[in-house]
Amino acid sequence: MRPFLTAVYLFLYAPIALVVVFSFNAGRNASEITGFSLQWYGKALGNVFLTDALRTSLIVAFTSAALAAIFGTMAAMGMERLGPRLRAAADGLMAAAIVVPGVVIGIATLVALAGLFALLDDIGLHLELGYLSLIAAHGLFSMALVAMIVKARIASLSRDIVEASYDLGAPPFATFVQVVLPQLRPSILAGFLMSFTFSFDDFIIAFFVAGSHTTLPMYVFASIRRGVTPEINAIATMVLVASLLLIAGARVLMRERKRHAVEG
Amino acid sequence: MSPQARKNWVTAALLAPAGIWLFFFLVLPFGAILVFSLGERAAAGGYQPALTLDNYLNLPARGAAFLNTLVLAPVGAAACLALAYPAAWFLALRVPERHRLLLVSMMIVPFWTSMLVRTYAWMYLLGARGIPHLFELIGIENLRLINTPGAVLLGIVYGYLPLMIMPIYVSLEKLDRRLLEASADLGARPVATFLSVTLPLSMPGVMTGVALVSILLLGEYLVPQMLGGGKVYFIGNALVDLFLQSRNWPFGSAIAVALVVGVVCVLLVTMRIAWKVAGTRQMDLV
Repeated sequence: MRPFLTAVYLFLYAPIALVVVFSFNAGRNASEITGFSLQWYGKALGNVFLTDALRTSLIVAFTSAALAAIFGTMAAMGMERLGPRLRAAADGLMAAAIVVPGVVIGIATLVALAGLFALLDDIGLHLELGYLSLIAAHGLFSMALVAMIVKARIASLSRDIVEASYDLGAPPFATFVQVVLPQLRPSILAGFLMSFTFSFDDFIIAFFVAGSHTTLPMYVFASIRRGVTPEINAIATMVLVASLLLIAGARVLMRERKRHAVEG
Repeated sequence: MSPQARKNWVTAALLAPAGIWLFFFLVLPFGAILVFSLGERAAAGGYQPALTLDNYLNLPARGAAFLNTLVLAPVGAAACLALAYPAAWFLALRVPERHRLLLVSMMIVPFWTSMLVRTYAWMYLLGARGIPHLFELIGIENLRLINTPGAVLLGIVYGYLPLMIMPIYVSLEKLDRRLLEASADLGARPVATFLSVTLPLSMPGVMTGVALVSILLLGEYLVPQMLGGGKVYFIGNALVDLFLQSRNWPFGSAIAVALVVGVVCVLLVTMRIAWKVAGTRQMDLV
C-alpha cells in the first residue's frame, strides 16, 4: 500500500515541484540548474501587464466571491422556506449553474450580453464587457456553490436552539443574528474562499466575457503561447502559493465546522 | 399584513437576488444559445435570425472534435477511476486515523490550485527541453511526447485525479466497519467481502466522481489546447474557435447545446447506476 500511495503523491506533486525549483534558477535554460536567483520574481513583479492582470483578477475574485457569499446564503435560507415543488425547481437551477460547463457559460453569457448591449445601444445606452460581466459570470457558479454548502449546514442544524431562542422572546431577526448566523459563519467563509479560488483560477469563462480586460490566468495563458520562460515559472509559483494559502484557510474553517457539528 | 403574507415576502426577498442572477446569467443566456442555434451565420460573422436545423445537421463537420472528446473523456475518466479507487481505499480503510486528515488533504489540495499552472508543468516536462532531453542524453533522439493523444490523456488524469478521489473517499470513509467484520465472521474471503460489501456501498461515491470528472472533461479546453497543441482537439476547443475566430455563432451555439445535452445524459446515466447498485439517488459530495 505504501509504494502505491507514495507513487500517487509523487505523480501529483513532482511536476509542480519542478516548476517551483526552476523558478529560482539563475539561468534561462529550462533543463539545467545554474545557480540560485530571485531575478525572475523581480522581472515578473516589475512587469506592468502582469500586475494589471493581477489587480483585475483580485478585484473580480473578491467582488464575485463576496456577492456569492451574501446572495448564496440568502438563497439557501430562502430555499429552506419553500414548498417541496418550488424547492425542487430551485435545487435544479442551482445544480444547473454548477454542472453546465464553463465554456458554455462563457459563450452563453457572451451571446446574451452582446444581444442585450445591441438593444441598449439603440436607446443610447452604451455598455461593454468588462468587470461586471466577469463578476456576474464567475459569481453564478460561486453563488450556487455557496448555496449548496450553506444549505447542507442548515439541514444539519438542530431546530431546538432556534425554538429556544423564540421561547426566550427573541424576535426572528435577533434570532438570526445571534443564533443562526454564528453557526453558519464557517460554511459561509469556506464558500467565500472556494469562490475566490474558483474565480482567481478560472480561464475559460473569462476568455469569453472579459472584453478588453485581462485576468491573471488569461495573461499567463497568453505568455505561455509566446514561449516558455523562467519568468512564467516564477508567476506560476506565486499563483500556486496564493491558491494554497486560500485553500488551507478554507479547509481549516471546514474542519472547525465539523468539530462544532460533533460538539453540538 | 397577515403573518403568512409576511412570511412569503421574507422568502421572496431572500430568493430575489439569486433568482435575478440565475435568470439573467443562466436561463436567459441559455435561451439565447437555443435561439441562435436555429439561426444563420451573418455575412460578417455573428448571428442572423432564421429558423433552420442546418446547424444541427452540420454537427458532423466537427466530428473530429466530438470523436476526440467522446473517446478521451471516458478513457480519461476510467484511468482516473483506476488510480483513484485504490488510493481512496487505502486512505479510508488502511491509513492510521492520526495521519488521515493530512494525507487526504494532500490528495485534494491540488484540485484547488490553478489548473492552468498544473497543466503548464506537464507542458514543461513533456516539451523538448524536458523528458525528451533526458532521453537524448542516453541516446534516444527525437522522442516526441507533447502534442499527442497520450499527452492529453496524461494531462487529464493529472488534472482530475483529486476530484475523482474525493467523493470515493467520502463514501468509503463513512462505510460501517462492522459490516466488513460481519462479512469476515460469516466466512467471506477478503475479495468476496470487497465485491459484495465494500464496492456496492461505495458506488454512490464512484458514480459522483465519474459524473463530475466526465462532465468537466466534456467541456475541457485547457488540457487539449496546451498538451494537444491544436492536434488533439476537443469540443471546447471547437467552441472557442467558432466563437472567437471564425465567428460562426449559430453553428457554435448548436455545438454548445449538444454539449449540454451530453452533460445531462452523463448525469442521468450515473445517477441511475448509483441508484440501481446502491439503492440511493443520493450522490456523495463534499
